[in-house]
Amino acid sequence: MGSITLNQITKSFGAKQVIPPLDLTINDGEFVVFVGPSGCGKSTLLRLIAGLEDVSSGQIMIDGADATAAAPAKRGLAMVFQSYALYPHMSVRKNIAFPMKMAKMAQSAIDEKVTNAARVLNLTDYLDSRPGQLSGGQRQRVAIGRAIVREPSAFLFDEPLSNLDAALRVNMRAEISDLHRQLATTMVYVTHDQVEAMTMADKIVVLHDGLIEQVGAPLELYETPRNRFVAGFIGSPRMNFVEGAEAAKHDCHSIGIRPEHLQISTESGDWQGKVGLAEHLGSDTFLRVQTDHGEMTVRAIGEVGVGYGDTVFLTPDPEKIHRFDAAGLRIQ
Amino acid sequence: MARAVTNRRKFIATLLAWTVAMLLFFPILWTFLTSFKTEAEAIASPPSFLFFDWTFENYSTVQERSNYARHFWNSVVISVGSTLLGLLVAVPAAWAMAFVPGKRTKDVLMWMLSTKMLPPVGVLIPIYLLFKQFGLLDTRTGMVIVLMLINLPIIVWMLYTYFKEIPGEILEAARMDGASLRDEIIHVLTPMAVPGIASTLLLNVILAWNEAFWTLNLTAAKAAPLTAFIASYSSPEGLFYAKLSAASTMAIAPIMILGWFSQKQLVRGLTFGAVK
Repeated sequence: MGSITLNQITKSFGAKQVIPPLDLTINDGEFVVFVGPSGCGKSTLLRLIAGLEDVSSGQIMIDGADATAAAPAKRGLAMVFQSYALYPHMSVRKNIAFPMKMAKMAQSAIDEKVTNAARVLNLTDYLDSRPGQLSGGQRQRVAIGRAIVREPSAFLFDEPLSNLDAALRVNMRAEISDLHRQLATTMVYVTHDQVEAMTMADKIVVLHDGLIEQVGAPLELYETPRNRFVAGFIGSPRMNFVEGAEAAKHDCHSIGIRPEHLQISTESGDWQGKVGLAEHLGSDTFLRVQTDHGEMTVRAIGEVGVGYGDTVFLTPDPEKIHRFDAAGLRIQ
Repeated sequence: MARAVTNRRKFIATLLAWTVAMLLFFPILWTFLTSFKTEAEAIASPPSFLFFDWTFENYSTVQERSNYARHFWNSVVISVGSTLLGLLVAVPAAWAMAFVPGKRTKDVLMWMLSTKMLPPVGVLIPIYLLFKQFGLLDTRTGMVIVLMLINLPIIVWMLYTYFKEIPGEILEAARMDGASLRDEIIHVLTPMAVPGIASTLLLNVILAWNEAFWTLNLTAAKAAPLTAFIASYSSPEGLFYAKLSAASTMAIAPIMILGWFSQKQLVRGLTFGAVK
């Protein structure tokens, strides 16, 4: 079991309210990602769930029981920190065993669990090393190991991959997803990286200034963003927005069109523009095109054979145009 | 050319450092030399530097006249005792200020430090009377308490600086792992801060060992440490420079040896946190 329900919770630091009243339900076994720009309150929200910060008001229910005032260790949750937060003076074995030692488990049971966790996480050869002797990825696995052995009802991850290099991040992303599949335990994952959110989540919670902008499955957010903020935040490169006359043609205040939904041609199209930056990746081409309606980012599949200074024409796919009103809300 | 300037600068800096070091060390060296002179040579003018009749007479006289071992033991008990007691009080205090700071934590720290700026003589009478009232005059317990209080601000400050360097996330991880506050301090914080705690301990043992104002004013015979032992040779009875020097040398030798072997920790301790 590992369902978490937040009822009208708020958090203030002094006079500053960082989380306005917020409701959220995380179902058992779900992989939920909190995503948003830095300072949006996503880490604070995770720390409130963990019990590392006290809520200013509201109620936190874990597995149906009120955990609002419970101490962190009593909530049955395990957390993996951005900095890994390993105990530097203890060996990997002792790091992983620490929560069980605190729970006063029998030494034989501890040994067995440490051995198992080390096997699952490929750490067997490093059990007697200190964290300082390990690479970033290995440290991250130790941190995960320390979380697994507690058999928590939910895992909390606070930007666990942001200290790793790009290649390792892709690997660890897959490992964490695998782990979720194996354990089928609830995972709550905080990141500012929408790629991590899109690739790992069952459900994404987009946060902005402490408010939930939208909750939904990754593709739901991609296809039907509730407002301009979500539209701009989810998807990479970000959505292009056009206001004024072009938007008026669609009966709205602004339209949004994703870079991959713009057709590019050197002969004809709706919008004419000049290529600024061109990034040729082989598999894709990213172009920044200066048009009369502002700068647009275009993503074309494969190599399109245009470069800096070329004149091109862009045509949005009419099916894929997102319309927003003056308040930035989606118009269906 | 740049190289020449660097070398000349290096030379000047080295020379300057040696000069300052010699200036600081000279009184100790002079005391040491004087302790091997006769009383007459000790006050001779012009003084002789190395070429005099070396004698151990002063040391044997000092040994005969006073009980070095007892003073030494008092010094050990008072300095180590006050430091350990201080640590016991300061670790939780520094923990609180480093990891759960309030709005006024900085002020509390400054206020603690400000007590070090008070001239001790200003509180001598009240403390003397309190000691008299509680029967603490000339007791080692009394001296442990008063020296602990005198050095507590420094202990708290040093530990606070060390603890500040320990990432809060590690303690939060311990909390998530089910550690109680006691477990957190014993199993995580203290082992991580061992180098810091060691240098704090060392510095405070030295400070307490050398403390003279309170030890001289609040002890007479039973609890008198080595400072009182030295002072007993600066008496109005006459000139006893050589014996005074012998007593001083015996009093400072143990702490100088301790300091010499732990210079690394001491320097690290005093500069910790200054450079990341």
